[in-house]
Amino acid sequence: MAEPSGKLKEVRLTTPVRHEDLRRLELGDVVYLDGLIYTGRESVYKRVLQDGVAPPVDLKALTNVNFHCSPAASRNADGTFNVGAVTATASFRFSKWLPKWLEVSGAKVIVGKGGMSEQDYRDTFVPAGAVYLTTVGYGTGALLGRGIKRVRDAHWIDDLGIAQAMWVFEVEKFGPLLVESDLDGNSLFERNNRIVNQGLARLYEGLKPPSLARYGETDDRRDELIG
Amino acid sequence: MPHAPKIAADRIEEAAHTVMAKAGIEIPDDYLHGIQAMASTESGDLSAFVLRAMLENWEAAKADRRPMCADTGVPRYYVKIGNEARIEGGPVELERRIRRATARATHDVPLRPNRVHPLSRRDNDNNVGINAPEIEYSFEPDADWIDVTTVHKGGLFGTDYRMLFPADGVDGIKRFYLDTLIAFGKRGLACQPAIVGIGLGGSKDTCMVLGKQAACLRVVGDRNPDPEIAALEDELKTLGNSIGMGAMGFVGSSMVVDCHIEVGYTHTGGMPMSVHCFCLSSRRATARLHPDGRIEYRTDPEWFTPYLRRDTVEWQSPAASSKKSA
Ligand code: SF4
Repeated sequence: MAEPSGKLKEVRLTTPVRHEDLRRLELGDVVYLDGLIYTGRESVYKRVLQDGVAPPVDLKALTNVNFHCSPAASRNADGTFNVGAVTATASFRFSKWLPKWLEVSGAKVIVGKGGMSEQDYRDTFVPAGAVYLTTVGYGTGALLGRGIKRVRDAHWIDDLGIAQAMWVFEVEKFGPLLVESDLDGNSLFERNNRIVNQGLARLYEGLKPPSLARYGETDDRRDELIG
Repeated sequence: MPHAPKIAADRIEEAAHTVMAKAGIEIPDDYLHGIQAMASTESGDLSAFVLRAMLENWEAAKADRRPMCADTGVPRYYVKIGNEARIEGGPVELERRIRRATARATHDVPLRPNRVHPLSRRDNDNNVGINAPEIEYSFEPDADWIDVTTVHKGGLFGTDYRMLFPADGVDGIKRFYLDTLIAFGKRGLACQPAIVGIGLGGSKDTCMVLGKQAACLRVVGDRNPDPEIAALEDELKTLGNSIGMGAMGFVGSSMVVDCHIEVGYTHTGGMPMSVHCFCLSSRRATARLHPDGRIEYRTDPEWFTPYLRRDTVEWQSPAASSKKSA
């Protein structure tokens, strides 16, 4: 994962990102992007995949990096945009859209927050030859904002709003991002979870059991709160 | 005491606009120093990398005057009104000005318009709407100023409530605390290391309010004046950092920058508890408006005054007074 010195490996990738570059990525590598990226989240996915509206641009010709994000931006009187900061939004919510989206858009890199499940990587990302890069923090909005050199387009902004529009950004040294999934479908988060989980039982040792069961945290409606 | 001059509505709007920008852009020093200390001791390489990236991020935000995080959270206000303070136009004008300042700052900074109608998802594109921004009040004796504090707390993860019982005791508190931090800490959903606020007691709504205020309105290093509660704050901070989890849920030790507990007298049969994580963008800023027009800015809201935490009443039970006279 990391070199023994504690220093992480740094990689610059240019869009559209090539398969051989993705092949070289290892979990925990620090990535910076150069080129073009676009935002797309639930409203874009729904419009294209459910309502059958064609994407506003030929995405396959444009770039293969899809960013799960809503920028902090405002529109100037002359129609240009002022983008202050950008932060990713939690990606797991888009799990159901991604199989079709990767196919339709040709996206090979998903940039977001929190990653997906290893199951999603195996079922969806690996067959599509795609990887997941996670933003860092997750509050690195100012650093990511610095990486945005120009707003090329803000498609569908009038009806979807600032948060849900499809923004196309020209980026330079956009990051830092961490490689969360590789082309084999391994997950950095799940790898860390497994290590953390090993130590959890000891934390609860000696604490007496709760008086009331943890209601609201079971799916079994037959469960009682007491006992 | 002669009436103090009225505090001008224009100044209130100016102060509210300024604290919106300050909160969004400038990380408070107490939190910054807390993270710097953690970055120097974190042994998990990924977690340490995240902390270093955050330190860089806050510098970039200040240098470029851009928000530290694009997620605005849910901007809200805490207003403390001195007992002798008078406001031009009264409290209704104060609220009008605060709403206007919120909308203006959303455009000017810019901040992401985060607030939408919960069902229709309508977005006014200005962080103002029904019950938004929330404005909470408290009062202070022997003061002629008003404090306007804004907090932009991240909205989605890291907060929970549970009804515990007296028999659960401190064990129950630790259990629920661990449950919450572990659940929301994985993958860094809580954007930790956080200032963790705990509300203990009250009824369900007060319990939530106290915990949130404990997280958002007290600074790193501050301890509750009750020594027993202060000791528990220390203990829970250490416990949170021994989970084995750091920033983004990576292996490490940086989970809790500080832990603050606030209590309220509660039902004799219960011990409700809430946990709140104030995230890597711990955004808070305060302005004090004086009647002579001066405005002073700071990052410590000084919300929990002895007056706010009072537990006395100016009344004596008949039993106590008869004992005294006997
Ligand atoms: S929880 Fe805080 S740091 Fe994380 S994305 Fe939300 S506002 Fe930003």
